[in-house]
Formats: sequence, C-alpha cells, structure tokens
Amino acid sequence: MLCQECRRAEANIHIVKQVNGKQTEINLCEQCARKKEELDFTFEPQFSLHKLFTSMLNQGLIGAREEKEAAALQCPTCKLTFAQFGQIGRLGCGSCVGAFEERLKPLLRRIHAGSTHTGKVPARARIRVRRLRELDKLKEELQQKVQKEEFEDAALLRDQIRDMEQEMSTESKGEKE
Amino acid sequence: MKQVQFSLSRWMEGSGPDIDIVISSRVRAARNIAGHTFPCLAAADETAAVFNKVNSALGGKPGLASFTFWPMNKLSDLEKQSLVEKHLISLFLARESNNGALLLREDEALGVMINEEDHLRIQSILPGLQLEEAWSETDRLDDIIEEELEYAFDQKYGYLTACPTNIGTGIRASVMLHLPALIMNRQIGRIIGTLPQVGLTVRGLYGEGTEVIGNIVQVSNQVTLGQSEEEIISNLHSVVRQVIEQEQNARQALLDKERASLADKAWRALGLLRYAQVMSSREAIQLISDLRLGYDLGLIKTVDHKLLNELLVLIRPGCLQLLAKRELNDRERNLERPVQIKEALDRHRTKVDKGT
Repeated sequence: MLCQECRRAEANIHIVKQVNGKQTEINLCEQCARKKEELDFTFEPQFSLHKLFTSMLNQGLIGAREEKEAAALQCPTCKLTFAQFGQIGRLGCGSCVGAFEERLKPLLRRIHAGSTHTGKVPARARIRVRRLRELDKLKEELQQKVQKEEFEDAALLRDQIRDMEQEMSTESKGEKE
Repeated sequence: MKQVQFSLSRWMEGSGPDIDIVISSRVRAARNIAGHTFPCLAAADETAAVFNKVNSALGGKPGLASFTFWPMNKLSDLEKQSLVEKHLISLFLARESNNGALLLREDEALGVMINEEDHLRIQSILPGLQLEEAWSETDRLDDIIEEELEYAFDQKYGYLTACPTNIGTGIRASVMLHLPALIMNRQIGRIIGTLPQVGLTVRGLYGEGTEVIGNIVQVSNQVTLGQSEEEIISNLHSVVRQVIEQEQNARQALLDKERASLADKAWRALGLLRYAQVMSSREAIQLISDLRLGYDLGLIKTVDHKLLNELLVLIRPGCLQLLAKRELNDRERNLERPVQIKEALDRHRTKVDKGT
C-alpha cells in the first residue's frame, strides 16, 4: 500500500482515529506521518478553516496532473510546499506569497475586496525606495567616471555601491521576491 | 518577576460613545519581521531570535516607557487565562505559542503579542464605539516599532501575514456589542445573515467558534486586501451605527410594551447576583446582561457600566481564581463566584455612598 500523502513511499504507519464513534483510517509513510503529527498538533483548532482553504484552493484545478504540479510548488526560502500550505492554511515566510502567487490569486480574490494593497506603507519601504534611487545615481556617476578615465574616483564609487548593495541585501533577506 | 494582578483594563472603565450598546472597540494589526520564518513554521531557535530581537529593540525605547514585557513562559496558567479573559491576549498565544510574549501598556488599552500566529500583533482596545481612536493608537505604536524593526512588506500585497485572510493591511477591527433586544425579538438572525454581504463577520464573546452568551456578539471586518485601513474602519463603523439604531428601536419597543417585566428581570438579576450562594459562569453572564439592560433603560440605577464590565470579567474562571488567590475546581469556582460578585457589588456601594 502506498502512502496516501505523498503517494510515493510504502505506507507503514496506520493511524486509526475515532471521532464521535466514527472510525477513520489513515495510511502514511514514516516521513509523512512525522510531518503530519507535528502539523496536526499545532493547527488543530483552525481545522475547519483549512478545510475551507483546501477546497477553495483546489477550485479550478481540473486534472490530477495539474493538481500535483501545484502541490509540488515550493517556497525557496522557508521550503514550505503548496501542498503543506493547503493542509495548515498558513504561509511560512515573507517569500511564500511570491512563490505561490498564481495559486493564491483565486483564494485572495474570494476573501478580499481587491488584489492590491491600498493601505498603509511602512516608512522603511519608503526609505528603501529612496536608497534604490540613490544607488542608481551612484551607478550612473560610476559610468561617467569610467568614461572620463578617472579610475581612482571610480574605484571609490564602486566600493561605495558594493557596500550599499550588501547592506541592503542582508536587510531585506528573505523578504524579496 | 512581576505578577499579573486582577486589574481593570481601560476598556472596562465604561465611559465612551454609545457605551449603552458598544462595550468595546478593538483594532489589531498583524506584522512580521523581514527575514524571519513565521512562527507557525519556525524552529524554537528562530522564535527565540525573534523574541530577543523584539525585546532588545523595544525594551529601552523612550516611547514605550509605560509598557511591561510579559514572557508567556514566566506566567502561570491562571495569569495567562486572566489575560485571555480580558481580551488582552489570544488563547493561541497563551497555550500554543513558542517564545510568546506580551508587551502591555500600563492602562491595558494598547499592547503587542509576540510570536502569536504572526511575529507581532499590535492591538488597541478602548471602551465604547471608538474604532478610529483604536486604529490611531495601533497605527502610532506600529510606527514606533517600525523605527527599530523592518517588516515583511510587499508593494502589491502589503503587509505579509501567515494567514492569507490577514494579508494587505493586516488589520482586524472589531466591536463588542450588547444586543439583548435584537436577540429577544429574534431580529438578530436577519442581521447576522446580512453582515457577510458587506464584508463583515459575527462571532461570540470569545472569538472564532464561540457561541453567543450574555447577548454579546463581536462584529469584525473580513477583508484586509484592496481596502485601506480608513475604508475598513469606516465601513465597520457605519454598519455598527445601523445595528445600534436597530437595537435602540427594539429596546424602545420593548420598553413600551414590557416595562414592568423588564424592571422585574433586572432587579431579580441584581438580587440573585447579590444573594445566590452557588453560581455557574453561564448563569452569571446572563444575569449581568439582564442587569445591564435594566440599567441602560433607566430601570435600575444602583449599578454602572464599570461595575458591569468588572463583573463580566471577574466571573470568568481565570480571573476568579486569580482574585481568590488559589486554584479552584469547577465546583469550588461555583461557590467562589458569588463571593467575588458580592464583594464587587459591596465595593461599588461603598463608593456610591461616599459619593465618589
């Protein structure tokens, strides 16, 4: 018998649940069982909400192949898969929205009034936009210095740009894309 | 380590616009810190890192001098439960969070939950219908926190949250309404049915999945993406205004028809609250509602909203045990409850007699 979660490994763990006199049996491989146990424990109270999510998320997914493809989507930062998201109903980090964007769109349309944020913007985001512009200006200057063969100034600018870029990438790590 | 005491939160003090129907208004904002996995998926060392980051960033801030930092693992179950009962933290933070904490202002009207479903849940609760004021409190604290911590934010999707139902503004605005007349004349069903059509949800006294007891319902916004904070709040505000009007009309109709029996109900409620010897919290909540209605209709004058709110909270298991200063089982709580109710009524009477 194959694991009913991943449908790849042999199911060697059989869980029998008794809820209100109704008996259900779940057959899982060891790896999925371990995952499931953790998740079930943490998210038990919102179970109905997840069910709703799952049913909503699967809307529009016609073929089983397509469904499988969607389920295999994975966030590059926190490694959450779309299938796991369907189970727990929670995203794992700031990169998940980007990773699952196409699949999340119908869900967001269903719950919300629009698909774009129109409210408050944090001051830091405004600051970052300003710094990005600054960076562009420095790069332009660098180009000019190189053209004029003023290499000492150019080297200074290059270092400044590198430092700024490094600083910004460590600050926004995990948030972008 | 300081201990949680039974104290009155600002929302319990009982003065504010439309206080005869709106018990309290609350606005909370969900925020996450950029570069950290959200709490539900994070390992213990990561939630600990967030905890430390928040603690050190906000600990010494001048704008936050009147706040106290309460780590969940330093609190007893009773202390945590009493905070849930006063609506200052969620059940999730109390029971299931890893490295969870509460940063709470002295007047208990403004606080931040740390490592709840999102890294930060900033929330303000005020008495009466004060949604705009609650949002501006939350908004200001949000700005102060953001000076120190960078949020997970996306140009298109706004504030990024663990649950897609919070994405965008991340705000949930809600009001706690006392609607005995609309429940008595059964119009409440129609109202509850129409609210989802305008993007609002209705719940019981203690949030999601809780039943309506003591004629108290919570109404809150469902939508967080595609509307600004101001739109969300004014939408809720205008719908609540209509519900208030309907409750007022229903109360007036009831008063015209059933004046004597409403007065009788309120006075009986007071009698039972003062003299009963054994009482469940369910019975107490219903009696407090009857008494509140009598007071709001001008049929009984010996109580006030502050006392009614205090009673509503102190009869709950956590607060009751905190007041009794010992752990009590079910049966013992039903014996202790009338004792604490009577003491609160006596304290109030002494104050009234002294003219303060």
